Amino acid sequence: MEKFDVIIVGAGLAGLGAAYTLAGQGLEVLVLERGDYPGAKNVTGGRIYVNPVRDLFPDLWQEAPLERCIVHEGVVLMAKERSVAIDYAGNELRQEPCQSYSILRARFDRWFAERVEAKGAMILPKTGVENVIKENGKIVGVLAGGDELYADVVIACDGALSLLGEQAGLHPPETPHNYALGIKEVIALDGEKINDRFQLQGNEGAARLFIGEVTMGMFGGGFLYTNKESISLGIVIGIEDMMAKGGSMAAPALMEAFKARPEIACLIRGGATMEYAAHLIPEGGFKAIHPFHGDGILVAGDAAGFALNMGFTVRGMEYALASGYYAAKTVLKARAAGIYDADALSEYGRLLRESFVLKDFQNFQATPSFVNNPRFFSYYPELKGNILRDIYRIPAGPKERLYPTIRKYLGLGEMWSMFKDFREVTKI
Amino acid sequence: MTEAIDLKAKLGVDVFKPGGAAHIKIRPAKEKDSRLQKMALICPAGLYSVNEQGETSLTIDGCLECGTCRLVCGTDILEWAYPEGGTGVQFRFG
Repeated sequence: MEKFDVIIVGAGLAGLGAAYTLAGQGLEVLVLERGDYPGAKNVTGGRIYVNPVRDLFPDLWQEAPLERCIVHEGVVLMAKERSVAIDYAGNELRQEPCQSYSILRARFDRWFAERVEAKGAMILPKTGVENVIKENGKIVGVLAGGDELYADVVIACDGALSLLGEQAGLHPPETPHNYALGIKEVIALDGEKINDRFQLQGNEGAARLFIGEVTMGMFGGGFLYTNKESISLGIVIGIEDMMAKGGSMAAPALMEAFKARPEIACLIRGGATMEYAAHLIPEGGFKAIHPFHGDGILVAGDAAGFALNMGFTVRGMEYALASGYYAAKTVLKARAAGIYDADALSEYGRLLRESFVLKDFQNFQATPSFVNNPRFFSYYPELKGNILRDIYRIPAGPKERLYPTIRKYLGLGEMWSMFKDFREVTKI
Repeated sequence: MTEAIDLKAKLGVDVFKPGGAAHIKIRPAKEKDSRLQKMALICPAGLYSVNEQGETSLTIDGCLECGTCRLVCGTDILEWAYPEGGTGVQFRFG
């Protein structure tokens, strides 16, 4: 019988964050990863915000294989025949230290795993976990590759579709309501070309979100991040919306249609797709967070539902790293007392509530219902496009005055609907 | 038809390591379930197809392991597991 102090399932950011924090503390830590190498099953949009986790992992960021420092933020409202864009750039985004970077997870996680191993934790790749081992209601280990592996505590970091949390009895099977499907291509493009096309210099990067026709009225949108020598391009679609209004276009065809848009096609021209990936994204926010601790078990990262749509950005990786860190701190405290029951491990909830993790989820708990407003995904992009079209159009004869041009679209009823839609913003 | 070819080409650039038995299977007598039929449009790898009789079939090669079908169909329709450790899709960029 193999017995460890801690077994961590999943070598993603939550699992590696926990292992990094535990390693070097005199504990026997085993990380199990079903991929060929850490990162092999992990996908992000991807951009990571460093500020919230900089101090939790102080030695990590100097040499981390991050891609580009994001200095250009863009939001594009896509209507059928046109688009309206907001671009935010300037020297304030270039201030050191850079607040966010584009990232490719297979590279980053592999590197992070080497650092974790150097600190003394053991990482076992190519090892899937089939189930938890329960004794008298307490989680005492996992069944992995047919072997029974025991530990004082198991930290489940097995990703957005957490079968471990389900097997441990912490939550029922996941339902479509709280999840979106992300589809992504990594497109190779010469670094100089990226700089020219996105008005960047050196290691500067750009991020763009797209709302509207991308998802044909369904919840979701498109995203683009520039990496050093490639572009991460993808779409996100609400699974429940796809089931209800899926229409005639298959999800992969939506991705193709997005790539074919003139606004996108010119940015990726000449680039070859190097990878096609898909992943689930927890989108339910605060209300959808799973119970994240039990007798002998802690849950961190996407597995606990720690991904948050803030409207202007969607974040998950910082919460994964931080929840892994706080799970590790909880284990260290429980170890000092030698007790790993649900009560002792409830310390994890306290640490999360005191940290930015649960504070963010609480502060942004209204965003899921706000961003779920179908009017944002078709009506507003069309409306803004219509107004701009009429403002910019110079007809053969005299041009209509500006105020009546705009007023045509913004009658009292319309203003009232907009007021109601945006009144929801006050809750965020 | 060109869509299917595009998708095949995209999946062709991904790295897959062969495994044993299919990790997702349609449970017997569930082939005509309406949730399963929806997967023909939703699966990002286009692995589900519906025939003229309304029966859905599944090809596992090219599975990106996203888990969407488990959420959409549930485990009374699908026998669902992750592939064995060290097999299936291996992302090089992620």
